[in-house]
Amino acid sequence: MKSSAMRDLMAITERPEVISLAGGLPDTSTFPAESLAALLSHMAAADSARALQYAPTDGIAAVRDCIVEVMAAEDTVVDPQDVLVTTGGQQVIDLVCKTFIDPGDVIVAEAPTYPGAVPAFSAYEADVAQIPMDAEGMRIDELETTLDRLEAEGRRPKFVYTVPNFQNPAGVTLSLPRRRRLVEIAHERRLLVLEDNPYGLLRYEGDPLPTLLSLDRGQFVIYLGTFSKILSAGLRLGWAVAPAPVLEKMNMGKQGADLCSSSLSQLFVTTYFAERRWEDYLGELRDLYRVRRDTMLAALAEHFPAETTWTVPQGGLFVWVTLPDYIDTTDLLARALEERNVAFVPGRAAYVDGRGGSSMRLNFSGVTEDDIREGVRRIGEVIREQVDLYGTLTGRQPAPLNESARDAGLADVVELPRRRAAP
Amino acid sequence: MSRVAVLKGGRSLERGVSLKSGARVEDALERLGHEVHGVDVGHDLVSRLRELAPDAAFVALHGRDGEDGTVQELLEIVGIPYTGSRVGACMRCADKVVAKHAFRAAGIPTPDFFAFSEAAFKELGATDALPAIEERLGFPIVVKPSDQGSALGIKFARARAAVPAALIAAFSYSDHVLLERHVHGHDLAVSILDGQALPVVEAVPRDEDFYDFEARYEIGRTTFVCPAEIGDELTAEAQRLALAAHDTLGCAGFSRVDLMLDESSRSLSVLEINAIPGLTETSLLPQAADAAGMSFDELVGRILATAA
Repeated sequence: MKSSAMRDLMAITERPEVISLAGGLPDTSTFPAESLAALLSHMAAADSARALQYAPTDGIAAVRDCIVEVMAAEDTVVDPQDVLVTTGGQQVIDLVCKTFIDPGDVIVAEAPTYPGAVPAFSAYEADVAQIPMDAEGMRIDELETTLDRLEAEGRRPKFVYTVPNFQNPAGVTLSLPRRRRLVEIAHERRLLVLEDNPYGLLRYEGDPLPTLLSLDRGQFVIYLGTFSKILSAGLRLGWAVAPAPVLEKMNMGKQGADLCSSSLSQLFVTTYFAERRWEDYLGELRDLYRVRRDTMLAALAEHFPAETTWTVPQGGLFVWVTLPDYIDTTDLLARALEERNVAFVPGRAAYVDGRGGSSMRLNFSGVTEDDIREGVRRIGEVIREQVDLYGTLTGRQPAPLNESARDAGLADVVELPRRRAAP
Repeated sequence: MSRVAVLKGGRSLERGVSLKSGARVEDALERLGHEVHGVDVGHDLVSRLRELAPDAAFVALHGRDGEDGTVQELLEIVGIPYTGSRVGACMRCADKVVAKHAFRAAGIPTPDFFAFSEAAFKELGATDALPAIEERLGFPIVVKPSDQGSALGIKFARARAAVPAALIAAFSYSDHVLLERHVHGHDLAVSILDGQALPVVEAVPRDEDFYDFEARYEIGRTTFVCPAEIGDELTAEAQRLALAAHDTLGCAGFSRVDLMLDESSRSLSVLEINAIPGLTETSLLPQAADAAGMSFDELVGRILATAA
């Protein structure tokens, strides 16, 4: 669970005067209101009884066809029978834990990992082993070392959790050789992989990479998708694709949890796919977010001191920034909120073991360009103050702004050393 | 029956705790038959108070604004009787440095300390004094923001190299920081209600050697023992010191005094006073009241009766 102090801090980020780069929000203001109104009225006119009724637990058949279409856009061919419609992608994480995790079981995840997965893992009392990442995503050599170590201890992880594309929070992407190797390892060790792919279609540059599911051909990979980032997060619709025996268990878990996902939301999706070109709206979002990402990267280069490093995501919603290790970003957030009305997610939220204290996650998708520039400028100011104060306290001079040093340091950005527990 | 405004929430870092305290107080006051109005303290505070014109305000606001005298000053101006300490006492409690100087002057033991502003380091070369401070206090040193009520920003520097980062963290919350000698021993709290010391509570961290102030509010991470098993003599002494500290800062109505009992010397010292102690399910004042045979509703009723 998130610490209460962190919760208290995050509660204040919701004040209206705060520029928040802390969210993970898509920009829903881009969906035309009249379009939403028209779609809803068409849906009501055509299918009101069904929209107001329960749906099958595995989802309305037509929605599963839409999902098959979305996945085909990432060159991943699936059978609608292998799809379970869920209440947001988050429910997939919960159902997979519910299906596989007994207290004390091991889940392997990235370091840092999706902060929203941490409470799910904790709720099922899983032990989480976090694998460091570099610019190419999860370090597979480290993964194998960890798996060997666990095996020597007689512990077999229940699954590996990964966000391979534009990872939340680190922004990095798992490279093709590592994808292949990860799938091989899954086969060699008969180990399940939960591929969480909410952002794959939000690519702003570079070539798309195959999903783990397509490399695996549906044997050891459980796939998590969502409409949240390509259509609307408010629909709360996601999906799982999994081998049949796994899907069956997840289906039972879902019956216990909520019987079915919202019929209204599901029929909205089918109406939308029938009447509009979903790829067009996705294209608009991509164009919008690309500009915002570029704005954020430019603002970081302009306003953040040379002691800081950050990832350059090719897609997705987040940039991961790492500060000198004497700055604690939870404390920094308190100062940023109090003195500058600006917020971000402190890195510790993405770790289960107290690491990440010097990192932060910044979101660019849900914020206007002006707010991105201003928000980054304000955060840069508080960091600068703390870097200067450290200089005063230790007699060390802050480093001059040096662009080239940044690129060289990039590989280390997400590869965080374990913080000295007791300096 | 009277009309009571419960002030809660606000913009401090303890907003979450305050909302919980406030909600519990509202429920209790309703059960006691009062007309209750919850007020989330914000821009419209003064106009809301004028509009409600309550017979009394129950201040369940922690941290900045609630505990530093700001809201009390506004209540004085609007002319509404309120619970707890008056403006001056709140200001003395909110500033740990001012409080510790007052304790020292009154002969109330408090752990040795030094306090500095950020400007002292930036403009007066206070850094050069750090080695002498470290030598006098000895490691580990507790570094605290002077006016932050919650656990945030409190660090534990175990060696010289850790001091700068601890100072930076503390300065994130306050212009002044306190470097304090660490007392190894028992964490005690004595709540004062209407001039009387309640049973002593001991907070025992669940993990040995796990020093984390966040544990304070987290169910399950700290075990509370009340009455603390420290013997009659030390209990009486802790209660005497707490009352003396409460009076020294001029507190009124109720407060919670935090103390340390040194493991080896068995001596007591006062750390700080909370002018508006928490009233959540895990808070220490309700636990102490319970140990004294007082229900939560009774406690809230008695606090309300002290409103002036």
